[in-house]
Amino acid sequence: MNPEKVVFGFFIVLAFTLNFGFFVGELDNPAHHNVWELFAVVVVNLIATVLKFGDRTQMGAVLLATSLVAMLQLIAAVLVWAIAVHVTEVGLTPVVTASIVSLAGGAMMANVVSVVLLVVETVMLRR
Amino acid sequence: MDSIAFLVFRRMRTPLLALILAHAVAVLGLVLMPGQDSAGNPASMSFFHALYVVSYTATTIGFGEIPEAFTEAQRLWLVFVIYATVVVWFYSLGTLIALLQDKTFQRAMTERRFARRVQRLRTPFYLVCGYGETGGVLVRALTERDQQVVAVDIKEERIQLLRLENLRLYVPGLAADVRRPTHLVEAGLRHPLCAGVAALTNVNETNLKVAIATKLMHPEIKVICRADSHDIEANMASFGTDHIYDPFDIFALYLATAIQAPCLVLLEEWLTGLGGERLKDPIYPPAKGLWILCGYGRFGKAVYRHLVEQGVEVLVVEAEPQRTGTPATAWVQGRGTEAETLEQAKVARAVALLAGTDDDANNLSIIMTARQLNPDLFVVARENHLDNHELFEAVGAQIVMHPSSIVAHRIRVLLATPLLTEFEQYARYQEDTWACELVSRIAALVDEQVPEVWEVRVDEDDALAVWDAALRGNPTTLGNLLQDPRDRDARLPAIALMLARGGDRELLPAGSRRLQRGDRLLFCGNAGARSRMRWTLLNHHALCYVQTGGSAPAGIAWRWLGGRRH
Repeated sequence: MNPEKVVFGFFIVLAFTLNFGFFVGELDNPAHHNVWELFAVVVVNLIATVLKFGDRTQMGAVLLATSLVAMLQLIAAVLVWAIAVHVTEVGLTPVVTASIVSLAGGAMMANVVSVVLLVVETVMLRR
Repeated sequence: MDSIAFLVFRRMRTPLLALILAHAVAVLGLVLMPGQDSAGNPASMSFFHALYVVSYTATTIGFGEIPEAFTEAQRLWLVFVIYATVVVWFYSLGTLIALLQDKTFQRAMTERRFARRVQRLRTPFYLVCGYGETGGVLVRALTERDQQVVAVDIKEERIQLLRLENLRLYVPGLAADVRRPTHLVEAGLRHPLCAGVAALTNVNETNLKVAIATKLMHPEIKVICRADSHDIEANMASFGTDHIYDPFDIFALYLATAIQAPCLVLLEEWLTGLGGERLKDPIYPPAKGLWILCGYGRFGKAVYRHLVEQGVEVLVVEAEPQRTGTPATAWVQGRGTEAETLEQAKVARAVALLAGTDDDANNLSIIMTARQLNPDLFVVARENHLDNHELFEAVGAQIVMHPSSIVAHRIRVLLATPLLTEFEQYARYQEDTWACELVSRIAALVDEQVPEVWEVRVDEDDALAVWDAALRGNPTTLGNLLQDPRDRDARLPAIALMLARGGDRELLPAGSRRLQRGDRLLFCGNAGARSRMRWTLLNHHALCYVQTGGSAPAGIAWRWLGGRRH
């Protein structure tokens, strides 16, 4: 067992599960989507991205790309949240919530690809 | 793939992870700490404000307590945040700066920049391996002719010298070991515009490896090698190295030719001289009498063989005959720097002396001693290092032989005017009187200056008008090209040296020769003649004028009218 692989897999799967947790619920209901969870998703995704740095293989490159996509989506979601709550002070109206959650949903798709690739690689290795 | 980005990512992974973790914990803690607003109501900080506070605290900017004054609990947490995040920031920055100063990293950066510059070259270029004396002279000569060059040398300081050199073109240079094929690839060996490789290092084995790598990775291009051992030369020739230059053999042949056919040597020197130089005077090495050869190394042996073939009487002086071997004829042991040895070698009745050891100080000393004993000697000196050039000029040798310059000179002629190299080979088979006649014709054309030598290829780029005329079944004669396009009765001050058609070569072709498409011509003459000849070659009207004396109707309408009138 390679501890590096354990940590790597752990963070990729955790990024996906947290993202899913934030995403489920009614799309425009702020009560179903917790800001704490969004914070956790961003942090774990950041860690997952950095862990993917410096892998020279083709698989590593695609994994990094999916993480970068997820980060892009999440940062957009966080910006929408910060602007709505703090800058314009509209608050979490159904419209704002829907756009935050749909952005996070996009990030989740990228995380799904990440997890699928991880599984594919593991199956191919068979070690 | 891009190794630099990976190097950065690899090294920065831990610092970045530490940075993310520290920030995440700090933000989380700050949101959890109980706070209060200005009215004293309990109010926790939001994630946005927490991230803001942590960001300016971690980077030591420190704006103060924003948006509300902190509670004691928040301050307590912030003490932890300050120590944790500031330390992590310094750690990350320190790692990044250390990385930038890292030798491997800098090396990777230089190589990458160099490779990118080579990739971006858009004109055919030559790859010169070894920027020593030979490489330096060659790079200068090629750039003077607007020929792009890439240089690689194993020594960093030589590449630094290249950067300081005031060359006409920018020459990308890399300090790297050319024995490793990756470096050759970086230097553009696989580049489609790479026209040739010149392996000029002073190590035979390195040149051999470069030649092999080139023949394997880019077989179509020319490989030119310097070598001074017959063993390596045979090895290089075995797999098809295009040109192998041995400075000692070249010089020995030159000396032998100079004894037998002084005009031929003079002709070669004039035609291959650099533009702007003054014409050299002929030299007449004595063909009869005793030659003293000091030094029986690679150089001495090559000269010895050629001189003996000419039937010249030769006496060898060698300090370490057990190492170099001894010639079949008479020899004397000693360095030749002291009068005693030279007297043993009968310097008083000798006609010529060749100081050919591999030590410049010894060579100079031999010449000075010998001159005292016999002031009428014809002296040939071997100059090993270009730095000593002034000394060799002062000592007054009739011929100074510098191995690096000889090779560079040959390669320059080969790369710049390949037809001239062929011309020289064919000229060797001619009588010396033929060469003497040509030398006097050239002397009449040019004014004490080295003549310009140029090639013309009858194709769409070089000679559009002539090409078109040949297509329309109205071939130009060689004599037409040598007419002045301003006054067709005057002749340009130029001589057609050779006509190459397919595999055939014709020396000094007659003016009545009709030119065909694909012909290649070699001319020499003064510089003005070349630019005037370009007129005839490229301009339909100029060509029509020199052919007929009239001017052809230009434009579609006039041409149609002209056609109706006849």
